[in-house]
Amino acid sequence: MTDKNKPDPLRSRPSLKEVATFGAVSFALLVSLAIAPGKNYFSDWRHYQKEYLKLASQRQGGTLVRNFHTGIRQTWVPKLGVVDRCESCHVNMNGALLGATSQPFTRHPPIPHSLDEFGCVICHRGQGPATSVEDAHYTTEAWEQPLLPARFLESGCGQCHLAGLEGTPRLNEGRKLLASEGCAHCHNITQPDGTIIKPSDDPPSLAHIAEKTTREWIYTWIKNPQAYAASATMPNFQLSDQDATDISAFLISQSTPSPAAKVALKPASTSPVDATQAATLYGASFCSSCHAVQNAAGNLVGGTVGPELTRVGNKVNPEWLRRWLNNPRDYDEGTPMPHYRFDDKQIALLSSFLLAKTDSDFSSNVHLPAADADSIARGKKLVTESGCAACHQVNGVNPPQNFAPDLTRLGSRALAQVVFAPGMKHNLPDYIVAKIHDPRSFGPGLKMPKFTLSDSQIDSLTTALLAQTDRAAGFPKELIIAAKHPTDYHPGGEAGRLMEDLKCLTCHSINGNGGDMAPDLSREGSAVQRTWLEEFLKNPNTLRPALIRRMPKFNFRQTEIKTISDYILSAYQGTGVDSQTLDPHALNADAAARGKQLFYSKYGCNSCHIADYKTDKGYVGPALAGVGNRLTPAWTYKWLKDPAALRTGTIMPNFGLKDDEARDLTAFLMTLKAKQGGGK
Amino acid sequence: MRLLQVAALSLAVLIAGCRHSGPQPVKPTAYGAQVTEVSGGKQIAQVGSVLPQPVVLQVNGADGNPVTGALVKLHGEGLEFTPAESLTDSSGQVTVAVQLGFNPGDYQVIAESPKSGGGASSLTLREIALGYEQSTGKAVNDQYCIRCHDSESTPERVSNLDNLSTAPHLFTDGATLNRISDADLSNIIAHGGPALGKSPQMPAYGVTLKPAEIRAVIAYMRSVADPPYQMPGVKYGK
Repeated sequence: MTDKNKPDPLRSRPSLKEVATFGAVSFALLVSLAIAPGKNYFSDWRHYQKEYLKLASQRQGGTLVRNFHTGIRQTWVPKLGVVDRCESCHVNMNGALLGATSQPFTRHPPIPHSLDEFGCVICHRGQGPATSVEDAHYTTEAWEQPLLPARFLESGCGQCHLAGLEGTPRLNEGRKLLASEGCAHCHNITQPDGTIIKPSDDPPSLAHIAEKTTREWIYTWIKNPQAYAASATMPNFQLSDQDATDISAFLISQSTPSPAAKVALKPASTSPVDATQAATLYGASFCSSCHAVQNAAGNLVGGTVGPELTRVGNKVNPEWLRRWLNNPRDYDEGTPMPHYRFDDKQIALLSSFLLAKTDSDFSSNVHLPAADADSIARGKKLVTESGCAACHQVNGVNPPQNFAPDLTRLGSRALAQVVFAPGMKHNLPDYIVAKIHDPRSFGPGLKMPKFTLSDSQIDSLTTALLAQTDRAAGFPKELIIAAKHPTDYHPGGEAGRLMEDLKCLTCHSINGNGGDMAPDLSREGSAVQRTWLEEFLKNPNTLRPALIRRMPKFNFRQTEIKTISDYILSAYQGTGVDSQTLDPHALNADAAARGKQLFYSKYGCNSCHIADYKTDKGYVGPALAGVGNRLTPAWTYKWLKDPAALRTGTIMPNFGLKDDEARDLTAFLMTLKAKQGGGK
Repeated sequence: MRLLQVAALSLAVLIAGCRHSGPQPVKPTAYGAQVTEVSGGKQIAQVGSVLPQPVVLQVNGADGNPVTGALVKLHGEGLEFTPAESLTDSSGQVTVAVQLGFNPGDYQVIAESPKSGGGASSLTLREIALGYEQSTGKAVNDQYCIRCHDSESTPERVSNLDNLSTAPHLFTDGATLNRISDADLSNIIAHGGPALGKSPQMPAYGVTLKPAEIRAVIAYMRSVADPPYQMPGVKYGK
């Protein structure tokens, strides 16, 4: 072919092949252009909206159908960084269509927040801007936050609410466990308000351990703490026999004598002890308010403030136990155990009772070789490397710094930074659950020990940890509801020293610091009368007939009673509760008669309180027989008007009494003087 | 030829990829006549959580004796079962962990066991899930109501139910409480028993509790009611 013969490409008619090619390309272009509107037309949300309209017109019709506009629905909350299109499919979140029982048309269960204000992904995770079921709910390559399983849902609340919420038991439990199970000893967990979770357990100092127990016990304990006490929170480090041998050798060798060893104590009497008397003293001292013992059925009975005592006879050195009962503060300055002021006979009774709590199988076949320098050195290395000193005081080993990973942002950790064990699902909640359940399954040589936690407790811990998100750290500060932290209040002066010795704050809370086992004493001084208080401290008779945990009897000297009473009556006063509150002349016989009517007929006070042991049976509140000797009229009046204002968390309801009703009831209660100190 | 090989190979890969790699279906070795509940029904737990106790079911033969090796299949809307299918053990029982779904309210556990002549015997159990509102109600209940409205005692709390001259209704007493409207219940809680001509031993909580807390307590009562509470109004089928 020559150039002349070649037709001008612009003028010639296209060949059939060219036309066909052009047609095919145009068609392909058309099809490709149709993909986007087609995808839109066949999209998940359009399908669900059609289905919703069908359902709505069948059932309700009318305005519900007329007002419905098809289209993508979006919630945009700029200050929280939320762009959610979930309601494009979940069209019935407000429940306008009644009785829809299946997804995506179910109504959102009632919560205290408006969905428009917070959006969906803040609590549920998932991909908010996505418009297909797959992208919104599940993990995709570009998005690694799948929908949060319902059992961890309360973590959403925990991003702003650092104080406990009534509706989130799982989150509350998880936060409590982070502190009580010792997580916070090794891990730093800073909450969105900047507070760091502080451990609430109190692992004992090992500085004088040789005085307290034997090397054989230490060996058996560190091998498996739960074999000694089912309720032990010390985790299992899965130590080999050799490791446990070395660590026990080191711990005994590093121990130094405690101040308790220097206290002169009468030698233990050899005369036999009456077992019934011993058990009675254990009961009368209310040891079980704090210490648990496993009963024959295998159930733990007792409190959790102190260690379990089921096999305490296997553990403690008898001489140490006598010194401990004499004054626990000599051995451990900071122990929450009160100084009971037991006499020699009582110490003999209690120590015989406790030493009898043994298990003959426990550590019976443990025979350790004598500790040599090599073994001790290896033990020290192990104690240092395992991080024992993060929880326990050990002579010659400093507490490790930055020992374990920071968990502050764990809830947003990128999956690329997570090392999964083979065969496990690649998502964050499953990873956290598996890690707490069995940390060593992620590879040999990992240091985190195995904790004894139920599946439900692990779910709670995971819920609390998932609340530690990047998003929460960036929230506007006014959204964060800070938790109430205990104050550092301690009573001062001579009475303060006495109350510290008795560890009143282990059970009672005063001015925002202390335990919750016993009543708050912050305003006790304006509530009670001196004679009653002194009598009560001498012989603490219970006010609540049905209560099992009670105030123990400390063997006070008269001067000590006076010191404490003076302090309580002067320092712990409530505002607005004074002699001006109530005119004493108003409390006359007429008022008392009216008050009695109110007590029994109008307000049914006798359903919870006993005013007369012959007729009343109420068990909920304290017995009021003898209340005229116990409480001051001003306090009683103010209390009746608004109980929660005087003692936070009381279950006594506020009846909204009128002034004269409260006065008449006070007059009646003040006539109840039959018995001293509550009486029997 | 080359193309054919590639096509065959990719087809083989495709088939291998599509093959269901899940657990093999369980084959029964025996057949029973009836499924019965041993324990685990009517439990109350948070939405999404695993029930605190597993569901234990027993398969009995026509003679009433437990059958070993009978197949029990469980299903229920919104529920997850571990395992969903299993054979009865030597005492004729299966133990299954049940996880609740997202929504508060009632869940039905449906257990089926094939009979020898075809067909299956089935059993339905009810489980209760508490959402945010019901949990709030439960917290209020545990703080205030439970002392009189529960006959069980614990070391921290002794039941006061028997000390009252007019016995309070248990919150599970659906037969009585289902007939009282939300408005009436709210009135009794806020203004005390006398508000509706009932005993003054029920105190007024209107000042102590917030309106939302009273609503939450009612939501909790409704969720634990036995027989279950039905919302008033039109009812629709599925």
